Amino acid sequence: MKPTLPLEEYMSPGHLACQGCGAGIAMRVTLKALGRNSIFTFPACCWTVIDGPFPYSTLEVPLLHMAFEATAATASGIKAAMKMLGRDDVIVSGWAGDGGTFDIGIQALSGAAERNEDIFYFCYDNEAYMNTGIQRSGATPYGAWTTTTPVRHFKREPKKSIDDIVAAHRVPYLATASVAYVEDLYKKIVKAKEIRGFKFIHILAPCPPGWKSKPEDSVKLARLAVQTGVFPLYEVEIGIYSQSIKSPNRKPVAEYLKLQGRFKHLTVEQVAEIQKMVDDRYAELEKRFQGN
Amino acid sequence: MKKVVMGNHALSHGAQLARVQVIAAYPITPQTQVVELLSEIVANGKLKAEFIKVESEHSAMAACIGAASAGARTFTATSSQGLALMHELLHWSAAARLPIVMANINRAMAPPWSIWTDQNDSLSQRDTGWMQFYCQSNQEVLDTLIMAYKISEKVLIPSMIVLDAFSLSHTYEIVDIPDQELVDRYLPPFDYQYRLNVDDPHTFGGLTTPDWYMEFRYKMHHAVNDALPLIRQEGIEFGKLFGRAYDTVDPYRVNDAEIVLVTSGTAASTARYAVDQLRRKGKKIGNLRMRVFRPFPFADVRRYLKKAKKVIVIDRNISYGYHGIFAQEVKSALYGHSDVPVYAFIAGLGGRDIFPETIGRIVTKVEKSKKPTRDIYWVEVKE
Repeated sequence: MKPTLPLEEYMSPGHLACQGCGAGIAMRVTLKALGRNSIFTFPACCWTVIDGPFPYSTLEVPLLHMAFEATAATASGIKAAMKMLGRDDVIVSGWAGDGGTFDIGIQALSGAAERNEDIFYFCYDNEAYMNTGIQRSGATPYGAWTTTTPVRHFKREPKKSIDDIVAAHRVPYLATASVAYVEDLYKKIVKAKEIRGFKFIHILAPCPPGWKSKPEDSVKLARLAVQTGVFPLYEVEIGIYSQSIKSPNRKPVAEYLKLQGRFKHLTVEQVAEIQKMVDDRYAELEKRFQGN
Repeated sequence: MKKVVMGNHALSHGAQLARVQVIAAYPITPQTQVVELLSEIVANGKLKAEFIKVESEHSAMAACIGAASAGARTFTATSSQGLALMHELLHWSAAARLPIVMANINRAMAPPWSIWTDQNDSLSQRDTGWMQFYCQSNQEVLDTLIMAYKISEKVLIPSMIVLDAFSLSHTYEIVDIPDQELVDRYLPPFDYQYRLNVDDPHTFGGLTTPDWYMEFRYKMHHAVNDALPLIRQEGIEFGKLFGRAYDTVDPYRVNDAEIVLVTSGTAASTARYAVDQLRRKGKKIGNLRMRVFRPFPFADVRRYLKKAKKVIVIDRNISYGYHGIFAQEVKSALYGHSDVPVYAFIAGLGGRDIFPETIGRIVTKVEKSKKPTRDIYWVEVKE
């Protein structure tokens, strides 16, 4: 069988990700696509820990750890230095979780997107502040339990649509991606490497401890998120939408929710409510895909 | 070449002469002319640099951290609220051992809103690990900026050039803008060994257990301390090349002085004027201007103050619940070395003028007193 991804690895073994961590898979594939000529900056996020304690580091490319809200601005600075030092060929990436992207880092993200900085911004989205122990973020979906949205007061607000926000900056490239569709993720990054300007890649990354799911279900959950329409995969290039993975017969959202303890308190009515939210959002996106 | 320039433009010219490579800045009154002129200088190709016009001061410092980590010489300028917004990243940049140079125009903190000078913005960054240089003339602003890169890049500690809002930032003075060739001879290009380098990949700033964290801080403290003799040495070297030498402190008529006025920033030049006037009346009075605040020049302060009969510190800042911040440091420098009484005066907050007469009244008050009867003396405050 011919491998669908390069065999080169740019992550040393021995990292500290939990079993079934989607963020680990996301990084492994991203590195395969970016290669060695690449520099990363991380804000506070799970990957601060996953990379390993001083003096260890699992990444085989240069990495600058940075403050929580500063990812996009830091990457902008690194890229500016690379230009001045005659190394404009080096790919500079910010790599942040959903808290560092949707919430505390959104100002720097918006600034860098508006300036159309020639950088990658990756958001690996596990839908809550997982590194600090599962607190709700702007990326936490409606209905979810977290330690700050207990079951009796589960999250009533829908997930913030970060992709719409970034797309509204008319960035050259935006894509949603999934750790269940690694070839798609790989292809998107390779394509975006050729694009000058701001590139935003939003990767859904299941989190067994935070989602209260089985580690062996992580890839399955990521796939179900796409198949149910909870997390559709698409690209946006200067406002033009195109769907990457089509789901003509979308599965019921309940199939996705039932594998996760964070949704187990939901009533049939509440699940139906989520189904309607997903349907509405999907219909809205389909209009954009057809507009293409 | 001698030109008449405002303090803010002295910074822009200094940054150009230092051949900064990455500038990231956000506008705030009274700093704006620094970056306006630099934008012109970069746009017309006189300086080859990347200028990132960021969306906040926090991002300005973040971009500087990214750029400096990658090995570029970086510059930013801010003031007051902007500096406070950067606070987290002031710790970060110093602890990451990045030789960033920043100008801070001293402006009072709100509320209530004020755009006028006092030092609480920069002095409340005391413990971030940044070196701080307080300037009294536009020439000193430009010269210190150039020296700061040399010092910072040797000890790998960032530097803050501090100047008073309006009384320096917007005041035009004659400044000798040195030749590029001379500056190049003094300041070599920045060559950073510990940079983000795809050919020699390393990780910086990762999670560090109690087994190692303290060693990072120990080394950082020593780096800041090591800067003190270096500041003195570079001040002499600079003097040889440019004809203007600098030291950690700047004494004026202190040798036989019975009363020494300790000041900083533009209040120092006013104090000198007052000293001359009082000397003409036969009073033995001198001035010690604090130029370097961190690392604190304890030995120099002691040398000039311990023989005085009375020390007056005029602070354009306040540590609420105690007294002025320079006064604290001066007292701690003298403790165990001298019994000279230290009078802690607060004056000129929020840009209120400090006139020679103000200083004259302070001196008269101290002359009449045997020892300080209060921890803090407020000057001309409406109670």
